[in-house]
Amino acid sequence: MIKVEGLTKRYARNVAVDHISFQVEKGQIVGFLGPNGAGKTTTMRMLTCFMPPTDGSAEVAGFDILDNPMEVKKRIGYLPESPPVYPEMEVIEYLNFVGRIKGIPTAGLAKRIDEVMEKCAIADVRRREIGKLSKGYRQRVGLAQAILHNPDVLILDEPTSGLDPHQIMETRDLIRGLSGDHTIILSTHILSEVEATCEHVIIIAKGKLVATDTVANLTSRLHGAEMVSVEVAPRAPGSDGRQFLSQVQQKLEQVAGVSRVLHKESRDSRERFSVESLQGRQIRPELARAVIESGWNLNELRSVGLSLEEIFLQLTAEHKPEEVAAPESAAAPASGGESGEAQ
Amino acid sequence: MNVLTICRKELSSYFRSPIAYGVMFFFALIAGYFFYIATVSFVTQGLRAAMMGQSQPMDVNEWVVRSLLSNIGVIGLFMTPMITMRLFAEEKRTGTIELLITSPLHDYEIILGKWLAALILYGAMLGVSLINLLTLYLYGKPAWKPMLIGYVGLLLQGGCMLALGSFASACTRNQIVACVAGFGINLLLWVVGWVSSLDSTTLTRTVGYLSIVDHIDSFSKGILDTKDAFFFISMIFLGLFLTGRAMESIRWRA
Repeated sequence: MIKVEGLTKRYARNVAVDHISFQVEKGQIVGFLGPNGAGKTTTMRMLTCFMPPTDGSAEVAGFDILDNPMEVKKRIGYLPESPPVYPEMEVIEYLNFVGRIKGIPTAGLAKRIDEVMEKCAIADVRRREIGKLSKGYRQRVGLAQAILHNPDVLILDEPTSGLDPHQIMETRDLIRGLSGDHTIILSTHILSEVEATCEHVIIIAKGKLVATDTVANLTSRLHGAEMVSVEVAPRAPGSDGRQFLSQVQQKLEQVAGVSRVLHKESRDSRERFSVESLQGRQIRPELARAVIESGWNLNELRSVGLSLEEIFLQLTAEHKPEEVAAPESAAAPASGGESGEAQ
Repeated sequence: MNVLTICRKELSSYFRSPIAYGVMFFFALIAGYFFYIATVSFVTQGLRAAMMGQSQPMDVNEWVVRSLLSNIGVIGLFMTPMITMRLFAEEKRTGTIELLITSPLHDYEIILGKWLAALILYGAMLGVSLINLLTLYLYGKPAWKPMLIGYVGLLLQGGCMLALGSFASACTRNQIVACVAGFGINLLLWVVGWVSSLDSTTLTRTVGYLSIVDHIDSFSKGILDTKDAFFFISMIFLGLFLTGRAMESIRWRA
């Protein structure tokens, strides 16, 4: 649905986006992740034909952004970082205006507006002036604007920024509800957002592509392993804490498939460990068995995975995209060499 | 079609903000004052002429209509930047320009729509001054054709100042800057005609030709001169063309 090849945006003094290549398939929700100033907004603005790229090309819904911007614009819904609303207009009036400039036939427009207002839960404020709405409502009006003409591709720039936690949840639910009909790219600098809403992730930093993969794959591929949190307590309290700790640590390290055991904390003679497995090994059953057989209490055994936070820090610190670019993944770079050359 | 959609949206936001009312209020006030002065001086001059035994009656069109129309042009010089200042600067500041640019619209549709809305507001403003002239019909029979031509001229002159004002607005995201710049351009094109009184070399005549005042004279007299109409229309095209260039630069620099 979206094909980006060597997309570059150069300004007089700096390079905002540097040879980015990726693909997004139909119906996917892709998180566009990067710290502030990484080039997320610039990339999105190029995809929406707001500004032309300096170099490279991109295809959206089968049309080139340079050769056929009108066709691309018809098939794209865009929510910029601050919703592009006119504060003096009423909600319904605004959507009417947007519908007209997006080229929706006037015959079906009123019905479509009703549908979209229902979907975005703004029907109750249809006659209110947008400038007098809360930030959350305004954001949803912006979202309604983006999906009004039922575009193939939705591009959302930081859709949850500036909202309170409740509104963030609502917006995420709304976005998840839109997937399937639409291909969605949403940008964010919040990692948990990607984990919560997206299937795929594209990570960029300083204008360069760092990684593209599914969220699950990326987690496991980076460490290639499972991370398990284990909490163990002695059956009879009162025994020597330090001795117990070293006994447990030793025991856990001996379990087959374990690569590393880290002691996290001790509390009331309960010991918490973080255990990392070797590549592709399931260690939880063995861990449980080892603890029970040694006569200790197993208080907790939980797979934690690697948080995107850690992945992100690692990836952006390393800055070696060719090592992490996975050609087999669905959202892989269009050409592995390109992102390598960009270095 | 898209032009009309944009135009309607602009008009509705004009009449929702105090700008339209403010502009029309002050215009009505000043135009009314000018009309009053012109009429009173016409009446006193007429009386004096009658007392001195002049048989030839004085022409209302010449004395009242013409003077009012050329004064209205001066008011327009101040009013048009206030009308155009928000057209693009406001959209750039709030980010709604992104909506317009990423919608399937051509640049010229956006520009024409906005300019047309400004022109309609300016026309409505001129319409207010028409009330003054209509009162003349209570006491006499001024010719209506020169009046009509005078208004056509004002509309053309206004359209030209509005197009240049749009250009100023498209260059910045600050409305005040847009207003000042628009006023500066207007004023420059106003006073540039003064050079032609210095001498008559090709240079001064060329520069003087750019004056938007000299070209309104024929209209105020009630003469439809195609040369002057052509001047205004080409200036409108120039202003709108420059606006288009400035809009393009939003994309390259944003």
